[in-house]
Amino acid sequence: MSTHIASVYDEDLKYLTRRISEMGGLAEQMVAESVRALVNSDLALAQKVISDDVILDDAERQIGEKAIITIARRQPMAADLREIMGSIRIAADLERVGDLGKNNAKRVIAVANASLPRQLSRGLEHLAELALVQLKEVLDVYASRSVEKANSIRERDSEIDAIYTSLFRELLTYMMEDPRNITPCTHLLFCAKNIERIGDHATNIAETIYYMATGAQPVGDRPKDDSANTVGALESST
Amino acid sequence: MNMMSEAAVEKALDKKMNDVSFKMIGKDVSVYYGAKRALFDVNLNVRQNTVTALIGPSGCGKSTFLRCLNRMNDTIDSCRVTGKITLDDGDIYDPSIDVVELRARVGMVFQKPNPFPKSIYENVAYGPRIHGLARNKAEMDQIVETSLQRAGLWNEAKDRLQEPGTGLSGGQQQRLCIARAVAVSPEVILMDEPCSALDPIATAKVEELIHELRANFTIVIVTHSMQQAARVSQRTAMFHLGNLVEENDTDKMFTNPDDQRTQDYIMGRFG
Repeated sequence: MSTHIASVYDEDLKYLTRRISEMGGLAEQMVAESVRALVNSDLALAQKVISDDVILDDAERQIGEKAIITIARRQPMAADLREIMGSIRIAADLERVGDLGKNNAKRVIAVANASLPRQLSRGLEHLAELALVQLKEVLDVYASRSVEKANSIRERDSEIDAIYTSLFRELLTYMMEDPRNITPCTHLLFCAKNIERIGDHATNIAETIYYMATGAQPVGDRPKDDSANTVGALESST
Repeated sequence: MNMMSEAAVEKALDKKMNDVSFKMIGKDVSVYYGAKRALFDVNLNVRQNTVTALIGPSGCGKSTFLRCLNRMNDTIDSCRVTGKITLDDGDIYDPSIDVVELRARVGMVFQKPNPFPKSIYENVAYGPRIHGLARNKAEMDQIVETSLQRAGLWNEAKDRLQEPGTGLSGGQQQRLCIARAVAVSPEVILMDEPCSALDPIATAKVEELIHELRANFTIVIVTHSMQQAARVSQRTAMFHLGNLVEENDTDKMFTNPDDQRTQDYIMGRFG
């Protein structure tokens, strides 16, 4: 797109884009490390994730302030206005992603003493991989503004939902097998839910990018497999 | 309660707007200043009880188009207008049209406040008097009061009606000019950058006034301030190099315009 007559305005917008990309990179890293800490019972790594969250929170605040000042100074219109509103929303989503990573990291200590079955940790890792791919792709789309890709990310969110549901079942099984598993498995269930949420945030961001690029909301409902909500319902009623 | 009724009024007004009826229709309007062509086949309709904003860079033809709507261009010798403009289905360029009569129906407010060097009262009473709208002093007093009230100037001016209009502040003078335009009960009011010489507070008052006038009049406003166009209008038309580029709902125009040139202009980008 052509540049603004006022070059400082372009710099303001570039600042927002750069900071969002930085936030995205850090959020991605936090999530990956939190899962690694969980699987390897690595308390030091978990602590690093927890302290990194402050950086992400600061970045969100700075993006918000810059956006407000730019709106007040420039009275942005059309695509510029959508760009700035979009950066506020994306920063909020990324900040939430960081919080979810941090929450996983906080649970490492509670899960550390339980020996996780290899299969379970592989399940968690797989879920996290998918969510991270979503997050990485959505950040690529943010850089390239490719609308078609934004749509495909939105459609893939149901994959994550399906794996989350199967992990849910698996964890229930472990809990039923041995009540001593209940504490660690409950924490892991929260971790799985956190990771599933990250996928939702990636989808939110994809929708925001679509709106930024086109000025229209993406059409149709978000594909969603929320059968996890009813796990156990059938079993207990029959 | 009061809020409710205001909301109801607003709703009724919007409904009135939704059954689109055109107060003025411009068809293939072209304007030439001597050999130079300033407007190229502009087709633009003005909706009833709607504020239509005309925007675009300097020299784009927006003021030229505005001035066609009450034949102000007639005052320029070298100016020639082709195409057709109607007011309630009547061709305003028809030779049988009385231009003075037309300008009573389509009033105008200019960029710089230009009150007559007369009293505040006389500024407002002048139009109704030459058009014979009042039969006696009491009726004229009433017209003056109502017009000043509509222009939001009554409270400030009621105790100094005999003082010269030129003694008012810039913002008050502009509202006096609006009162003068309103006094002859026009159907359409044209405004050519009415706030460009005013400070932000006087501007806000005039904009508030435009918002209220919309209930009774059809308004077309030329403005260089995109923010003003976004604030006061329901429809916006974008001109560029003598062409009408895009006409759209104001909300759409300033969030997601259809035309790239509109986009570049309102975002302050190079074309």
